[in-house]
Amino acid sequence: MSPARADGRPGDLALNLRATWGRMYVRVVGSAREPTWIMSDAVFPALSMASFVLLYRALGAPRSFESLAVLGGIMATYWINVLWGMGAQLYWEKQSGQLQLYFIAPCSRMSILTGMALGGIFMTTTRAIFSIAVGFGLLGVRVAPFALAPLLLVFVVTMTALYGLGMTLASLFLLYGREAWHVCNALQEPVFFLSGLYFPLRALGALGAVAAGIVPLGLGVDAMRQVILGPAARGWLPVRVEVAILAVLAVVFLILARASLRYLEALSKREGRLTQRWQ
Amino acid sequence: MPDHDRDHAPAVETRALRRTFAAPRNRPGAAVEALAGVDVRIERGEIFGLLGPNGAGKTTFIKILTTLLFPTSGEGRVAGHDVVRAAGEVRRRISLISGGESSGYGSLMVRECLWMYSQFYGIPAAIAWPRVDELLAVVGMTEQAHTRINRLSTGQRQRMNFARGFVSDPEVLFMDEPTLGMDVNAARALRGYVARWVRAKAGRTVLLTTHYMAEADELCDRLAIIDRGRVLACDSPAALRRQVQGGQHVELEVSVREGDGTGLPSLDGITAAWGAPHPERGTRTLKFRLPPECPLVDVLRQLEAQGVRVQGVATREASLEDVFIAVVGRGLEDTEVVK
Repeated sequence: MSPARADGRPGDLALNLRATWGRMYVRVVGSAREPTWIMSDAVFPALSMASFVLLYRALGAPRSFESLAVLGGIMATYWINVLWGMGAQLYWEKQSGQLQLYFIAPCSRMSILTGMALGGIFMTTTRAIFSIAVGFGLLGVRVAPFALAPLLLVFVVTMTALYGLGMTLASLFLLYGREAWHVCNALQEPVFFLSGLYFPLRALGALGAVAAGIVPLGLGVDAMRQVILGPAARGWLPVRVEVAILAVLAVVFLILARASLRYLEALSKREGRLTQRWQ
Repeated sequence: MPDHDRDHAPAVETRALRRTFAAPRNRPGAAVEALAGVDVRIERGEIFGLLGPNGAGKTTFIKILTTLLFPTSGEGRVAGHDVVRAAGEVRRRISLISGGESSGYGSLMVRECLWMYSQFYGIPAAIAWPRVDELLAVVGMTEQAHTRINRLSTGQRQRMNFARGFVSDPEVLFMDEPTLGMDVNAARALRGYVARWVRAKAGRTVLLTTHYMAEADELCDRLAIIDRGRVLACDSPAALRRQVQGGQHVELEVSVREGDGTGLPSLDGITAAWGAPHPERGTRTLKFRLPPECPLVDVLRQLEAQGVRVQGVATREASLEDVFIAVVGRGLEDTEVVK
């Protein structure tokens, strides 16, 4: 923690770390207090995943396809969280009157968004464990032993890029998304498709794969599949290349998120409407 | 401004502060001038009130000072820091309580929610938790400390939000209609706390907007009466009342024919305003200051001649409402003036 300032107030680092933890806490605690998530966030998404696993099994597809579908199902929950828990979040915060309290607080707005993102990752990981249990436990999908460290590295880079995108969407939705609900719906299924969640990304063809590369989800899933399954994953690009692209996307999205938040705040102060509810 | 000077700067200072809102694109029309050049200086340690009707510019003034809105022109400083150029420094020193606010996350308990807000100000846990508990006691919510927010009543939620405003121990606390919709006893208790809080530590300052006259009178060291974006008078409540002393302050209960709420008579040389309606008796209160040279009987005759039946007459001491009527030309709840 940085030392306190001369006026006795906390330094910037301490202030922003505490703000991040404060906002993260809502999601960490909230995830345990709403038991309905078991159905909406775990059971239902696991059903899609299970359908694909059973379909591949019925068709006699290579066993690696079942693993592809399980991994896709797990990552789908993160995309849902990025859309609904990050992208639409500032919009909901505005409607509840919370946004202006963030805007008058001395902490950085990025620390609030980081708290939301870390809390979201924690919350979604608890859901993902359910999908893992269904996929590898209930459905009996098997994978050969693999190296955990590269998988964690790819996962962290993917999450950074994915939640960086979520932070950017949060500002954009607030600016343009009066109907945030519909925008989220419009983005959910197409991204599932473009990310090749339930089939190898290369099946989209070169053009589709390039389009998928804009959204970190597809690249991340593809890279993780390659780490776990090796050549059986039918990967699109070499893992190193995909990780490098993801890292660039992470930086770009984080910079974009910061810039769009600043723009949003300046616009809000100029027009005086973004901290007003129902406008 | 050097730090030493800032330490001695007023809590709030505005110079020619102006804010104009452009007409929305989908509703073309004239731009709205919410603040038309406001000059105010609030010293540290003061409870300063802004009294004005809806649309007077009170909330716009507070939004600019709390860094939520840019002024169109002019200058605003809080604790010596410019609200545009040094917004970050201003934010470290302020807090805002808005009446009717419903912030917070339903899955959190009351105690956790207040702690969360303290984290946005970087308050260490060792200070934050005891302060939260103390504030919960102040707002009478110790028993609800472990209740989830989505299970609170509206009144409890308002009290929690009141506590939120103090959790960062601000230098300057902005309160925008803080007791709006609160029950009388809760509002009185919280006003008492605000007064004690300011006196408890040197330099703490409150800027309060309200349209409750009694609240302003009870709480404020000084008051500014604001209307249509302009400060029309600024002084202590007692000094303001002295301005309208002389003559009698009269309240007439007059019968009003159904659907005839606006057809009131003109009264020579008197500025009057509507007071509370009494629908059960079909009457309304008409308030005015009767100049010494004008006998009441003349006013009653004028009303009688215009078909207004007077059912009751009362006289009383000058109040802030009389000041408001004299300065603004209408009552706080009125849009109409009888002259």
